[in-house]
Amino acid sequence: MDLLYFAWVRERIGLPKERYETEAATVNDLIEELRDREERYAMAFSDLSALRVALDQELSEFDAPLAGVREVAFFPPMTGG
Amino acid sequence: MAIRVIVQEEPFDFGAEAEGFAAGRTDMGAVVTFTGVVRDVSGTLETMEIEHYPGMTQKALEKIAAEAEARWDLGEVLVIHRYGRMGPGERIMMVATASKHRGHAFEAAEYLMDYLKSRAPFWKKESGAAGTSWVAAKDEDEDALSRW
Repeated sequence: MDLLYFAWVRERIGLPKERYETEAATVNDLIEELRDREERYAMAFSDLSALRVALDQELSEFDAPLAGVREVAFFPPMTGG
Repeated sequence: MAIRVIVQEEPFDFGAEAEGFAAGRTDMGAVVTFTGVVRDVSGTLETMEIEHYPGMTQKALEKIAAEAEARWDLGEVLVIHRYGRMGPGERIMMVATASKHRGHAFEAAEYLMDYLKSRAPFWKKESGAAGTSWVAAKDEDEDALSRW
């Protein structure tokens, strides 16, 4: 799947997009995996209340299943308008 | 009923958009327009940079506009939102709603604003003498959704 990062999540992780293969069942499981990868991921994912997730470009929840999902995006709460 | 959603980097012509919106419709008695402008809160802002999620932005805005259409009696809806770099006083975005009656046009415009503030994938970053920082979402923006 593709992982996308926006705003300060992108800055902390240091890249906007990457390919990532995973068997993680849910977004929460995926986050656990990413946290264990490197310190910069652990930092970016340290406080989930400051994060939002979109699955295939639809806002979603952290307990949502990942089966069939091709694009996961992580970003802070949105500030449009 | 027509919904127009435009996401673009370049400035838009507010006058031309307002003039053309619902032009020629004789069944619409009320048109509301709202414009969001880059505000220099601290007096030191030099630029505001708006990042967005290209694949999702258009769809998210269209979904919000369609929801407004389902809830109010609207003849036309327009949403324009910019991304990229802009300076204090520049227009960031606008919404326009047309309805038979003003109540629907006002409420739908407020609904659009409340939702696109915290449900459309835009992120603001401010740069100036005070440094560079991402604008934090406010609890009141999230709370504003509960009234709908």
